[in-house]
Amino acid sequence: MPPASLNSVGLSLNDCIKCNICTSYCPVSQVTDSFPGPKYAAPQSERFRDFGHPFYADGAGPISRTLAAGQMPDASVDYCSGCRVCNEVCPTGVRIAEINARARARIVAARGISLRNRLLGRNELLGRIGSIAPGLANFLLHNPLSRRLAAALFGVAEKAPLPRWHHHTLNRWLARTRAQRLRGERKVVYFHGCATQYYEPFVGIAAVLVLEHLGYEVIVPPQNCCGLPMLSNGEFGAAESYHRRNVSRLIEFVNAGYPIIGTSTSCTLTLKEEAPELLDLENDAGTRALKLATWDIFEWLRERLDQGQLPSDLRPLHQSDQPFILPYHAPCQLRAHRIGKPALDLLARIPGLDLRESHARCCGIAGTYGYKTEKYQIAMDVGAELFDFVAAQSTESNQDTEGSLSFTACDSETCRWQLEHGTGLPSRHPIELLAAAYGLYDLHARRPADGN
Amino acid sequence: MKRMQTEILVIGGGATGTGVAWDAALRGFRTVLVEKRDLTHGTTGRYHGLLHSGARYVLKDAASAVECISENRILRRTHTHCIEDTSGFFVVVPEDEDDYPDRFAAACRRLDVPCTEIPPPSALRREPLLNPRISRVFELPDAAADSFLATHATAQAARQAGATLLPYHELTRLHLSGGDGNRAVSAATVLDTVSGEELHIDADLVINAAGAWSGQVAALAGVEVKMILGKGVMLATNARLTNTVINRCKMPGDGDILVPIHTVSVIGTTDEQVADPENLSIEQWEVDLMLTEGDKLVPGLSRSRILRAWAGVRPLYQETQPSGEPTPGTDDSLSNDQPAQDSPQSSRDATRALALLNHRQRDGVRGFITITGGKWTTFRLMAESAVDAACEQLGVSRPCRTADTSVPGVEQGHYWLGHRLNEVEDENLQSELVCECELVTRSMLEGAAQRNPTVTLDDLRRDVRLGMGPCQGGFCTYRAVGILHQLRAGNASPAAGEWHVAHMQSPAHHHRAGAAAEPSRAGPAPASSPAPSDESRRRSAAVDPGTNVSQPNLLLRDFLQERWKGVAPILWGQQLRQERLDELIYLSILNADHLPVDDEESPLSSFYRSGSSPASSSL
Repeated sequence: MPPASLNSVGLSLNDCIKCNICTSYCPVSQVTDSFPGPKYAAPQSERFRDFGHPFYADGAGPISRTLAAGQMPDASVDYCSGCRVCNEVCPTGVRIAEINARARARIVAARGISLRNRLLGRNELLGRIGSIAPGLANFLLHNPLSRRLAAALFGVAEKAPLPRWHHHTLNRWLARTRAQRLRGERKVVYFHGCATQYYEPFVGIAAVLVLEHLGYEVIVPPQNCCGLPMLSNGEFGAAESYHRRNVSRLIEFVNAGYPIIGTSTSCTLTLKEEAPELLDLENDAGTRALKLATWDIFEWLRERLDQGQLPSDLRPLHQSDQPFILPYHAPCQLRAHRIGKPALDLLARIPGLDLRESHARCCGIAGTYGYKTEKYQIAMDVGAELFDFVAAQSTESNQDTEGSLSFTACDSETCRWQLEHGTGLPSRHPIELLAAAYGLYDLHARRPADGN
Repeated sequence: MKRMQTEILVIGGGATGTGVAWDAALRGFRTVLVEKRDLTHGTTGRYHGLLHSGARYVLKDAASAVECISENRILRRTHTHCIEDTSGFFVVVPEDEDDYPDRFAAACRRLDVPCTEIPPPSALRREPLLNPRISRVFELPDAAADSFLATHATAQAARQAGATLLPYHELTRLHLSGGDGNRAVSAATVLDTVSGEELHIDADLVINAAGAWSGQVAALAGVEVKMILGKGVMLATNARLTNTVINRCKMPGDGDILVPIHTVSVIGTTDEQVADPENLSIEQWEVDLMLTEGDKLVPGLSRSRILRAWAGVRPLYQETQPSGEPTPGTDDSLSNDQPAQDSPQSSRDATRALALLNHRQRDGVRGFITITGGKWTTFRLMAESAVDAACEQLGVSRPCRTADTSVPGVEQGHYWLGHRLNEVEDENLQSELVCECELVTRSMLEGAAQRNPTVTLDDLRRDVRLGMGPCQGGFCTYRAVGILHQLRAGNASPAAGEWHVAHMQSPAHHHRAGAAAEPSRAGPAPASSPAPSDESRRRSAAVDPGTNVSQPNLLLRDFLQERWKGVAPILWGQQLRQERLDELIYLSILNADHLPVDDEESPLSSFYRSGSSPASSSL
């Protein structure tokens, strides 16, 4: 058992000066009374919980007698979406979202977890099962009858934007194109995450193509879910075993000095920060080494740009004279990296691209949050700020004179699905745009430009 | 001058005094209690909140240990909801190892104090912030007690048994009748400190339960009671560090107890002998000592956020030869045989056992009894001894009933930390919060203000914990003042029926429509007095527009000053940052240092102005 320290997540509540800035920025409490706000849920309520005490999966403690008896003081913390806007605006550094995540874990420890939340946390398992027969899986999941059944039986929101299994996984593409992959001295490791593996292999393809274009060999070692969906749903025990497996699978590459690069901002955030902090693994040597080696792909590309190592053969995305208008939303999970918005720095190099930066707080979906029946409408209401922003870009743009608006861009997969659901426009990962600008990738068909 | 007549008059509205009033009323005595400020304003409201198992005193003060464990068992029944069953650890830290732990365990066995040694790893698993270098841990039935709630519950039980309680009534004179050798206390004059009116109370017997002020009260009867006043300084952390009471397993000393009470942990205490129970200063060395010693229990405590420092004063007493006329029958050699006991070297060495001074035998003054010494834990036993002595003087035989009588509210079971949050969540009262830190709802505040004498916001703090959290009144003070102003102006939602003292700390209770009223006046015939409970209710500043103390500006100023008094000694780090924000709110936005009441006195102003902290006079 690692010794709990006075610097742990829970004790950061000591930094709260009650100023209410988090409450006034919280996108969730603004649209619903079900969530009383970050200040109430985290630093305030935490004083009435088992303050400072980490959670242990075996239930052996340390939890107080009341908690052991299943007596949980609060339930509204479940309505925190975990978007971390509160952390971002807090002037004193309270780990608000993390305190809430731990509170949810303690609720799960005391009361158990619903089948729905258990399923939503098993991203990887669902992905693997569906990918056995993607066509059948998509039919079973996406027909209106089963969506209605899923809503009624499990509480999975009927209209929420569930992803579709792709006809092949990223691993299959990598195996099929093995002969064409670059080999070389300079190597990076790619952490694809579950969504890229099973639903959006083309994001991984774009990433591999860009990295190879820079002259790096891309290693894609066996890996598993980062554990974030389980952390969000309070299953800390399961999340910890997933995380430890990732550490053991990646540590040899970390020790060899290779950067671990990811396209999913939430997966990389989990490796960098969420798992070490929430699971009290900050003193675990492997966790620490992996944390320091992990990069968001644009964070890493921006380093290359700054070093003058970025190929300059970027071409306009459109052949016409009009600029290509692109509303870009930096997802909450990326902002939580505290690295700025590196994708903007890279995309700005693409000639003729009219980047429109969103300042909306959150798209609403927040990982698995918006998929829950009782939270679907909240997620859509939160997202309205972003959807309106995109709509405004569209209204302003005149197809004939100013260019066209045909895509949005966002670094996080669930946010892209929510964006598509809320705006009706297709959404792309910025790496897809960059790959397209290098002439490596077909932005519309979402496949390599050479057809492979 | 108004007059009252009663059988027993109790001086002092702390734990002991209200306990005496409860005991006496239960035995069928007409009883009146007077307290110069609010109930629990003295030592009762300034202690760390430990319900002793007695283990702390097994080797040093066996008499006190035996009293503590016996009362510990009783209070868990009679005051269940005022107690959190935290359990207690006595831990051996590297600084302390010697033969004390073995002698300690043996003494616990001998005195029937339940003591179980547990392996340090299991203790650390339960309390992960505990010093990992502890070598031995003993678990004992220590607990945390809410002395505010317990005193109010006892007071309510006393009222229901027919007693009359008069807070903000200061004793100014004790009237003695008879000549030398046949003197008797027969009446008292008290001053209503709010209205300024005097009240004459004829009483068959006066019980002095004034705690640290007992010597001053006794002096009014011409009797010398030399109190040993042991000042103790305590610090509260921003949030709990442990859920178990932590004691050092060694001879009792400074800074060796950490008590989880409500949302905070309290580290205490020092023990400095002082001459005056008022004007308690908090010295820098005392704060430093608490932090240094606290680090030995929970490493890092000194770097954790400290909310506040305060001092209480122990009313310790050890019998010495009265310096006045010699009492017949006292053996002079007794004091020569035991000089150490007669004049302890310091207050730390003075016994914690209760002291009953029957002034008829001791000083030849009838109708006057002093009950002092003891611990909060033994307040009920102290009351029992005092009223036993009163029965003897009054020539009646009525058995004590308090050990088998519960105060209102015990059906709620033991307090648990999540209780307020749970109620706020269940009833969706988030938008009703006035004090967000301590989860005080508007209806809690109104209930307390309308049905309990409320002269200052500090009275409400003691009732419902207003302003006791991290922001120390930063956000609730102006809200509470506004609500009290509305109450004064008659814009309040009507308050129906009795005040549910048993539920005064319940956010939801006052909110629920049709909550059953507590039965009132179940006891013997009331004292022959002008219905005083109505009077005290009318005196409530919040509902009486005639009293100047309820001026919103005064309420605001006094509460900010009182909060500031406790923050000033620990003004660094995170709390300093908090106070900067509070300063911006009150000084930069509300201009609170230029209120039109700057020079006006209130019943609280003498309290915070007396602080020796150089900063305490500025806001």
